[in-house]
Amino acid sequence: MTSSTPLLVRALKKSPWVFHVGTSGCNNCDIEIADCLTPRFDVERFGIKLVGSPRHADVMLITGPVSQACREPLQQAWLEMPRPRAAVMIGACACSMGAYKDAYSVAGPPDKVLLEVDPDAKYIYVPGCPPKPETIVMGVVKLLGAL
Amino acid sequence: MAPIAEWLFFFLIFPGLVFSVLLGLVLVWVDRKVTALVQWRVGPPLSQPFWDVLKLLGKEVIVPAQAWAGGFLGLPFVGLAAGALAATFVWIAATGLAASPGGDLLVVVYLLVIPTLAVILGGAASGNPLGAVGSSRDMKLMLAYELPFVIALLVAVFQKHEIDGESVRAGTLSLSGLVDFQRDVGSVLLRPSGAIAFLVALLCAHAKLGFVPFDLAEAECEIGEGALLEYSGSVLGLFKITQAVLLATLPVLLVTVFWGGLAAFTVLGVLAFVGKIVLILVLFVLIKNTNPRVRIDQAMKFFWGPMTVLALIALLLAHLGF
Ligand code: SF4
Repeated sequence: MTSSTPLLVRALKKSPWVFHVGTSGCNNCDIEIADCLTPRFDVERFGIKLVGSPRHADVMLITGPVSQACREPLQQAWLEMPRPRAAVMIGACACSMGAYKDAYSVAGPPDKVLLEVDPDAKYIYVPGCPPKPETIVMGVVKLLGAL
Repeated sequence: MAPIAEWLFFFLIFPGLVFSVLLGLVLVWVDRKVTALVQWRVGPPLSQPFWDVLKLLGKEVIVPAQAWAGGFLGLPFVGLAAGALAATFVWIAATGLAASPGGDLLVVVYLLVIPTLAVILGGAASGNPLGAVGSSRDMKLMLAYELPFVIALLVAVFQKHEIDGESVRAGTLSLSGLVDFQRDVGSVLLRPSGAIAFLVALLCAHAKLGFVPFDLAEAECEIGEGALLEYSGSVLGLFKITQAVLLATLPVLLVTVFWGGLAAFTVLGVLAFVGKIVLILVLFVLIKNTNPRVRIDQAMKFFWGPMTVLALIALLLAHLGF
């Protein structure tokens, strides 16, 4: 697709719709994502909207390490997103496995899992355990700036 | 201008496609902004719906492997065309641009069904089980609200008024006929039968727009956007545009049938017209924000029970001349 026309990039920055995938973290990061939508942070000001289907999304928010059971669903959801697409790895677990490092049940950090099916996947890390909502918003903003 | 060229202009530019899309997107913003204010948030800027649609139009379209590609890609266009045509008829009659052809009330009722039908068939064509659930809910909901909606609109047609000691009925299925009749005898809304019918039509239009509490067809947290689940990129954008067009049509239809349309082409008249539309829109948004989603059986009971009974009572009252 023509992902590089300036107008489309501008529109993408103005209205990133996010789809949230929890790949078996401890659920704390997911709650912080929900916090971003509350009146206090109100990310709709920047056009960020949580959507219910990966087909509608531009950005995927991934929390937690990828367990063996979540590996294929995550890859499938990623491939279902229309291009141009990008991901945000939220939390220490999603960035580097965090407390789950070397655990027997995990398949790897999400970036590795995504690269298995899509070698040119774009993503960014937001560390923290869990990261603050401000940090998550900043992460999305930086990701959009890098497009 | 030749009549054909004139009607093409009406359909494509004003008040059809271009105008209703732009106005609809502004109204979408009003909806989102008022929602945000109700929830004590700041809300998106005015340009937000335009950026959303622009982005969707530029994104990749994925046709699912199990989908019927022809229907999946074609139906959004059918829905948009029908919505824009409905907008054309309603706005022409409301503003008195041209004499509307007789029977256009019925045509508009049929045209307003087609966008919903496009969503239903599109969801079915996508071959997704959740999409099928969304489609079936949407179909049931449509069967439920169409009946009271049509009866409520007929109340305006059956209006009886005393003019110089003689009782006269509106008795016309043309939208401009209804506007003219109301100019002579006052708004339908101000009579008991009209007020009841307006309430019924308002709630039916609310369900037609797919707003909460009747958004069970696209319940994003249980069936992931329902019939639109598999749509992506520009075809999804077309559906969003169609929804915006409906948002620019239904309040105007209500104002035209029940509230006298654009009564006079003066500054005051235009302001009153716009005020009525915005008032109905804000009513929609407030209903939307103060009610939880109902189940499909509750919605059907609501429309086939109380709403249809109320609409019939209003029809009877109108027949008796109240
Ligand atoms: S980063 Fe921390 S808060 Fe987030 S899922 Fe992992 S353990 Fe939980």
